[in-house]
Amino acid sequence: MNQAIASPSYNEDVVKKFVIAAAFWGIVGFLVGVVIAFQLAYPVLNLDLEWTSFGRLRPVHTSAVIFAFGGNILIGSSLYIVQRTSRVTLFGGPALANMVFWGYQIFIVMAALGYVLGVTQGKEYAEPEWYVDLWLTVIWVMYLVVFAGTLITRKESHIYVANWFFLAFIITVAMLHLGNNVALPVSWFGAKSYIAWAGVRDAMTQWWYGHNAVGFFLTAGFLGMMYYYIPKQAERPVYSYRLSVIHFWAITFLYIWAGPHHLHYTALPDWAQTLGMTFSIMLWMPSWGGMINGIMTLSGAWDKLRTDPVLRFLVTSVGFYGMSTFEGPLMSIKVVNSLSHYTDWTIGHVHSGALGWNALVSFGALYFLVPKLWNRERLYSLRLVNLHFWFATLGIVLYITAMWISGIMQGLMWRTYDTLGFLQYSFIETVEAMHPYYVIRALGGVLFLIGALIMVYNLWMTAKGKTRNEAPIALAPSASSAGN
Amino acid sequence: MDITAISDMARSSWVVWLMLLFAFIVFWAFRPKNKERFEEDAKIIFKDDKNGGISHGGN
Repeated sequence: MNQAIASPSYNEDVVKKFVIAAAFWGIVGFLVGVVIAFQLAYPVLNLDLEWTSFGRLRPVHTSAVIFAFGGNILIGSSLYIVQRTSRVTLFGGPALANMVFWGYQIFIVMAALGYVLGVTQGKEYAEPEWYVDLWLTVIWVMYLVVFAGTLITRKESHIYVANWFFLAFIITVAMLHLGNNVALPVSWFGAKSYIAWAGVRDAMTQWWYGHNAVGFFLTAGFLGMMYYYIPKQAERPVYSYRLSVIHFWAITFLYIWAGPHHLHYTALPDWAQTLGMTFSIMLWMPSWGGMINGIMTLSGAWDKLRTDPVLRFLVTSVGFYGMSTFEGPLMSIKVVNSLSHYTDWTIGHVHSGALGWNALVSFGALYFLVPKLWNRERLYSLRLVNLHFWFATLGIVLYITAMWISGIMQGLMWRTYDTLGFLQYSFIETVEAMHPYYVIRALGGVLFLIGALIMVYNLWMTAKGKTRNEAPIALAPSASSAGN
Repeated sequence: MDITAISDMARSSWVVWLMLLFAFIVFWAFRPKNKERFEEDAKIIFKDDKNGGISHGGN
């Protein structure tokens, strides 16, 4: 009926590249994660080499999963979605988009090489040295030009809410990156630099960066994905668009103050710690508003969860989003933090968010995008998607339960006194006690990795245009209608 | 009261300005008059299906 509207030719080539890169870096990041998880359980796996030691491989894992896997699927998704919801092709043409793609991959390789060779500025999640930071700044500005330019030239009068989240993600990450990396190189051609801030100011700037990277990279950006993929896959508009507007502005107003909760009981002034805790707790409201909005989009179509494993990935991810954004504010409360901080509980919390929310929604996005981008009628196999779902979910459950037990045990052992008022346990006794949980955690990671490999196989076969000869997942019509 | 004093006062009460701005956004989002327009906006994501879908061979 809308034949009069010319079908715009979208730039899907660059989105394909981001999708392939996301799948590739995802496997790399999960694999390194499994390796370092086993290193913690069996230190001999450090191989007594500096390049393969835990300290150097850990930032390879975190950067690979967050910036390489997460970043590629985020940028790819944003470029796909902004075209579809603006109904124009990318601003700046294919050349600029390709420069963003290749420039971003070069950033990843430069950063990872630095970590392995020992080049780091020692700031968590901001380890790359000044020359990599400058490179990323140039690439990021080009990305902003492509994205904002596409929005400005849009043919749709309203900017769909997913794009607001993506724009907040791009602008805030630029601001955080610049603010946290004000560094002075100590020589003209050397890698080493020193940060301009000193002492507790440096710590506060670092965690202003660190927590808002969680807030605007891992949350706002991925919420942009949620607000497109879930309604699209469920084939119904989002539960409440008006709630999504409130969700966006509430997150934007509140998140930026939560950073100090990483510095409880440190030299940071007490009022700043309390401020960070207060804003973290207030984040419960927008987080749960957003979760309800995502999940309730399925209201009246719950049976799709049984028949569509891609939608199950997307909706389960929002469930994990709700769970980890409940846990986070809880852990930011000072008394809870006095038990949880510096323990494995933090690692468990991060992974319930990263594996449960970010990775599952990314898997859903990849399953959504590949058939569309390669012009295939459907995925190679929905049953393999289902298998991936259970591998991933079981892996996450093993991971986070192991870390809860290990972390709370660790925290309790650290604060146990004997009758004379001395510490009951030496540090090494707490490490020994954690060993079985480290093994369970590593096995959870193995399951998660296997699931991701199943996905890559499935996507590969889909792109090749194959379809697996299998019984459909859909239940008999009578059974599904009786379910309501 | 000179301009610096006014400027200082305005800046020191930024929490109030931001709260007012947020209150306005809530009012804007939930104003009954805007209900229909937001419901239409939520459907933007389905518009590309009509003129670029699989039935046309896609792109």
